[in-house]
Amino acid sequence: MVPLSYYLLLSSILFACGVAGFLIKRNIITIFMSIELMLNGVNLSFVAFAAHWHRLSGQVFVFFVMVVAAAEAAVGLAIIISVYRTRETLNVDQVNLLKL
Amino acid sequence: MTPNLNLWLIPILPLAGAALNGLWGRRSSRQAVTTVALVFSGAAFAMALWVAARFSSIPLPYQEFLAHWIRSGTFGADFAFYLDQLSLVMLLVVTGVGFLIHIYSVGYMWDDPSYYRFFAYLNLFMFFMLTLVLANNYLLMFIGWEGVGLASYLLIGFWFTKDSAASAGKKAFIVNRIGDFGFLISLFLLIQHFGSLTFEQVFHSIAPMSPETAGAGVLTAVGLLLMVGACGKSAQIPLYVWLPDAMEGPTPVSALIHAATMVTAGVYMVARSHVIFERAPMALTVVAVIGTLTAFFAATIGMAQTDIKKVLAYSTVSQLGYMFMACGVGAFSAGIFHLMTHAFFKGLLFLAAGSVIHAVGGEQDMRKMGGLRTKIPLTFWTMTAGTLAIAGIPGLAGFFSKDEILWRVYQASWIYWVVGIVTAFLTSFYMFRLWFLTFFGEYRGDADGTAGEHGHAAHHADRRHGHAAIHESPPVMLAPLAILAILSVVGGYVGVPGSLGGGNRFDKFLDPVFRSTMPALNTQQNAPGETNPPEQQTEGTEPQTSHATELVFTGISVAAAVLGFGLAWTFYYRDPQLPERVATDLDGLYDAVVHKYYIDELYGEVFVKPLVEGSTRILWQGVDQNLIDGTVNNSAQAARHVSDETRHMQSGNLRSYAGWIAAGSAAIIAFMIWMGVGQ
Repeated sequence: MVPLSYYLLLSSILFACGVAGFLIKRNIITIFMSIELMLNGVNLSFVAFAAHWHRLSGQVFVFFVMVVAAAEAAVGLAIIISVYRTRETLNVDQVNLLKL
Repeated sequence: MTPNLNLWLIPILPLAGAALNGLWGRRSSRQAVTTVALVFSGAAFAMALWVAARFSSIPLPYQEFLAHWIRSGTFGADFAFYLDQLSLVMLLVVTGVGFLIHIYSVGYMWDDPSYYRFFAYLNLFMFFMLTLVLANNYLLMFIGWEGVGLASYLLIGFWFTKDSAASAGKKAFIVNRIGDFGFLISLFLLIQHFGSLTFEQVFHSIAPMSPETAGAGVLTAVGLLLMVGACGKSAQIPLYVWLPDAMEGPTPVSALIHAATMVTAGVYMVARSHVIFERAPMALTVVAVIGTLTAFFAATIGMAQTDIKKVLAYSTVSQLGYMFMACGVGAFSAGIFHLMTHAFFKGLLFLAAGSVIHAVGGEQDMRKMGGLRTKIPLTFWTMTAGTLAIAGIPGLAGFFSKDEILWRVYQASWIYWVVGIVTAFLTSFYMFRLWFLTFFGEYRGDADGTAGEHGHAAHHADRRHGHAAIHESPPVMLAPLAILAILSVVGGYVGVPGSLGGGNRFDKFLDPVFRSTMPALNTQQNAPGETNPPEQQTEGTEPQTSHATELVFTGISVAAAVLGFGLAWTFYYRDPQLPERVATDLDGLYDAVVHKYYIDELYGEVFVKPLVEGSTRILWQGVDQNLIDGTVNNSAQAARHVSDETRHMQSGNLRSYAGWIAAGSAAIIAFMIWMGVGQ
């Protein structure tokens, strides 16, 4: 059996990759994907704990996260398309109309 | 059953006049303003006469309660009035002379654009002055005291667009504050020691006390502080400097406030507080010395002034000195007698001077007058009456009152008398100097009598006449002059001393006020040989032997007056070049006198300059700009600097926010791990 710490390590590596991608990348779609990566890193730790403690609540949580992530993806992609249509760019640094 | 006199009406009537004119005068016609002003001040005078007529049938002192004012524990001060012989005299003088001056002002101020404002102030002054003399406690008196100061300030600065008038008003107000400070502290002392400010109660608790001959006690302190107040209001050394400057106001104001009534409030206050002063010999001596010095010094300054009103102003200061001299030797009734006659003749002199100024188109410099005797004969004759009266020519008002004072001060100390006689001589000299310069010789002014160097014509009531020839004033101005001239002539006969075959009725009339509370051990102010009843009774009952002595003294003072006349005649009529020669010979002395002994300059250097400098450097630049503004500005600066640095965190860059969040979360997690979560 694979020890719990391996899962958690992988989960935190995934999450750290997501954070790094979110911070470094400028393309909105890449940032979006980084967010998904973070969510799934967390999901991984949820299921790892669920398996480790033999509890179902962790798995239920994962479903919830996936549902929210799906809804978020739908809304987020719609916004991205809309942004691209008006600004003709996907670079977040140029989407700065609200900045002073 | 005491009859109800409704005394409260007397002060309220002028107040109503002031309110009416002040509120609606601007939109009313001059006739309406005149009517209101004269009717209300005249009504107050009529009331005063009515009270005087019923006076013998009233049990005295008559007190009238109007309303509660302050009630705190056992202490109380009410709106209540007090009438005795002393306040009756003041009442008649204030309303009578005040009413006459109101009439005069109608003519004098007619062309002034702020006609209504003038009468509103004048009526307001009457209200406060009447409150002052009728009050039954020191606190209400203080209200009147401050109120007349306010009215005086407003009227001195009546032509406030002129810088000198505005600063003269300020000066009067500030100098008076110094005196009022002393007055106020004496009131606190009275409350502390006697728990009351009502005349009746205070004097009742003081009456059994014996004079503080051995050392200075509370009564001496109260007396001295009251005298500080009186010095401010009545322009005595060292606080007299405001009065000559107060001549910037319209001439009727100088006559009413700065000659006849307000400046005598100090004398009234001292006389009213005679119970205190009689038991504080040291304070009384201070009063006498201050009065004597003031009388003498102001008279010497008056000799060299060239502004007709300034001469009269210094003369007023000097005459007030006489009154304090009298009070200071315990001859309060003599002081009040002189107060009354002085109100007549000095009011007259000021009004006549106003008439002269009016005639020559606003010129106040006597060197530019002369030869006016034939051109304005009525003014000349009334002025002559006033001059003779103040100089102490026998038979006129000033003769009797001044002589009485001189006789009484001689009984206290011959030094007072010598200075008094010299002052009488000086008084006679400067008054006849004024008289000769103004009315005799050749006319030395501009032919058409336009604006003088003082620039008064710009504001002056007689702007209309600026181009006209020298002319007599209208009847409305001459009538008060005539009445006051008659009073100046006959006013003294109420107090003819025993030595001249009179009964000194005035002294007897005031006797109940001043005698009833004399201390039992009265040894200090009495002439030798007089034991009991004390000195207030002197003239009438004195043995015949002293009448001869008194007559000799009368003769000396008449001689002094005649000498003054002779000298003025020599200097300013017979030989007009002589004054210049004498002035050159006495260069240093003359210079000092012309510059009023440099007292203004001295005060400026010693008091005003350090105050202004201190306020500028320490209070304004130090405390206000550096400390208060500095604290506020610097904390704002500091906040701004901190914000300037920290605002870089909020760059608006989404990824930097995310970076902060990540770093923050990492920090929290690291912290939790380091602390050992879950153990």
